[in-house]
Amino acid sequence: MYEFVRGPLLWISFIVFIGGSLFRLLYMAMLAKKKDHTVYTYMSLKYGLRSILHWIIPFGSINMRQRPAFTIFSFAFHICLLFTPIFLLAHNVLWYESWGISWWTIPDWLADIMTVVVIIAGVFFFLRRRLRPEVRYVTSASDYALLIIAVAPFITGFLAYHQWLPYKAMLILHILAGEIMLMVIPFTRLDHMFFFWFTRAYMGSEFGAVRHVKDW
Amino acid sequence: MTALLERKWGVTDIGLEEGVSRLDPSKITKVINQVLNGEGIARLKTYVDTCIHCGLCSTACHHYLSNDCDPTFAPVAKIKNTLWEMIKNKGRVSPAFIKQAAEIAYTECNLCKRCSMYCPFGIDMAWMLSLVRRICHLCGVVPQYLQDTANSHAVTMNQMWVKQDEWIDTLQWQEEEAQSEIPSLRIPLDKEGADVMYSVIGPEPKFRAQLIYSAAVLMTVAGVNWTMPSFDGWDNSDMAMYSGDWEVMGRVKKAHFEAAMKLKVKKIVMGECGHAFRSVYDVGNRWLGWKMHPIPIVHAIQFYYELLKDGKIKIVRKIKEPVTLHDPCNVMRGRGLMEHARYVVKAMCEDFREMEPNREYNYCCCAGGGVINCGPPWKKKRVDSNKIKAEQLAATGAKIVITPCHNCHSGIEDIINYYKLGIHNVFIIDLLMQCIEIPEELKA
Repeated sequence: MYEFVRGPLLWISFIVFIGGSLFRLLYMAMLAKKKDHTVYTYMSLKYGLRSILHWIIPFGSINMRQRPAFTIFSFAFHICLLFTPIFLLAHNVLWYESWGISWWTIPDWLADIMTVVVIIAGVFFFLRRRLRPEVRYVTSASDYALLIIAVAPFITGFLAYHQWLPYKAMLILHILAGEIMLMVIPFTRLDHMFFFWFTRAYMGSEFGAVRHVKDW
Repeated sequence: MTALLERKWGVTDIGLEEGVSRLDPSKITKVINQVLNGEGIARLKTYVDTCIHCGLCSTACHHYLSNDCDPTFAPVAKIKNTLWEMIKNKGRVSPAFIKQAAEIAYTECNLCKRCSMYCPFGIDMAWMLSLVRRICHLCGVVPQYLQDTANSHAVTMNQMWVKQDEWIDTLQWQEEEAQSEIPSLRIPLDKEGADVMYSVIGPEPKFRAQLIYSAAVLMTVAGVNWTMPSFDGWDNSDMAMYSGDWEVMGRVKKAHFEAAMKLKVKKIVMGECGHAFRSVYDVGNRWLGWKMHPIPIVHAIQFYYELLKDGKIKIVRKIKEPVTLHDPCNVMRGRGLMEHARYVVKAMCEDFREMEPNREYNYCCCAGGGVINCGPPWKKKRVDSNKIKAEQLAATGAKIVITPCHNCHSGIEDIINYYKLGIHNVFIIDLLMQCIEIPEELKA
């Protein structure tokens, strides 16, 4: 089992993630070219980047300032979710063993904290979905599923690292959870990690170049 | 399919009722798939696939805030109860569902785009709801009063069934009225090669003719070489844009642009209207294939600003009472004239007070986007759904509110009366008429 998730399934998940994402982006770019030329006509590099900048800086928009708790949890969640797996020492060791590559790593204690941050923020998002009427109203089962998929690699990784439960089984679950997440990204709303840049840039262009106002 | 919403107002609109009674499910499916697979499909797909259902757009919406944060009024909820269902069911939805979609799209969203500024992804929910309106229009399910204005556009090329002789007669009447103040004043009709073609919305000759008088005085005092067309194309308004009848919108905009070209003017100056500006600056021009407007277009606010800045008009009297300014979405969030307006207003008013929030963050009037044009059946819902505006207005302590947009103006008038705010509601030009100098040599 370990050999399977560590070997062929890993390859499959990378191929699905990268191939699927490229396919989705190219498909959308071509669809827009064919039937939605407005996007290309009004897209502006300057105003697109201006908008992105304001929305990737914590508290850079009025809505973020009005919701400090959400802003802090949201940024902490996304930063930790993205950087922990990339700079984790154990992952770097694996890459080095497999392909002879490695880069900067973060100390294990920091990775541990970042993992806990992802889990706590996940709980925050879950509670928010349950408790805030306006969020609950537009929440469906798939929203909970996506949240679980995003947080599962961190819960299992945390348990495997601390070896509170049988290590081998937890490690397999951890790898599996990570692979599932990678594979579903291109085909679910988790694809917002790619499309964020384009929707933001487009609205930034409309607001900046045509409307001459801020959009943050 | 999720259960249909129950709204406390229980409005019946003959346009929706009869429209729905003529619908059969196969027609609905055909229309939905035609619209959702047509132009805009890439944006629509991306928006729907990217929205993470976070609800952060909710507090941007005055309908949501005014209806005690009822989650069904959040922008994303309106998309859920219209487009999500249509997409999920591949267009197979019931006539009753289309009626609900029409009520949501026509009366619960003013297309003000405030929510786009609050969405982390910049999802254009107003545009998506205008696609829903397009679907409803093609299904023949449009509020009766709104449909009537669209019909008027189609038949007369103006919004108010004004016939050409009535139009010319109104202009001459206002010219005559204004001559009692300035004997040499003219409203020059069809003057080829003038610098400015002044255009207004259909309701001005219909029931706000005074504004044409004021504009004529302003043009004369400022010494502008101007004209107005006597023929179709004089009306810059466009309710067909809001009903979803984009073919008629295209005809109306084309007539407007062509009137200016026929008169060989240098630019169009338009009166204090927001949606008309949106239609020439953002929507109608795109339908006709123009990236921007094909001829320079200046909104009244910018025009006043330029006249004042260039010294063409002089402020000699100031308003002493406290004054506040409503920022209309289509010229502020839609064109960035926030500071232009403040320059003019502050020049005239000693005690100017900002609303909170203001500028591009201002709350919508709840009248624009065609909502007020849905007529009397929806009035109570419309004013109830803008309690937040009443609170915002009252908090300024102002005695006068300036609303430089026709839809906003009528909507805020209703809010002032309904909530008994006791605030006087004016256009910028109303105050200009009180404050500018009329040179002695022009006076009677």
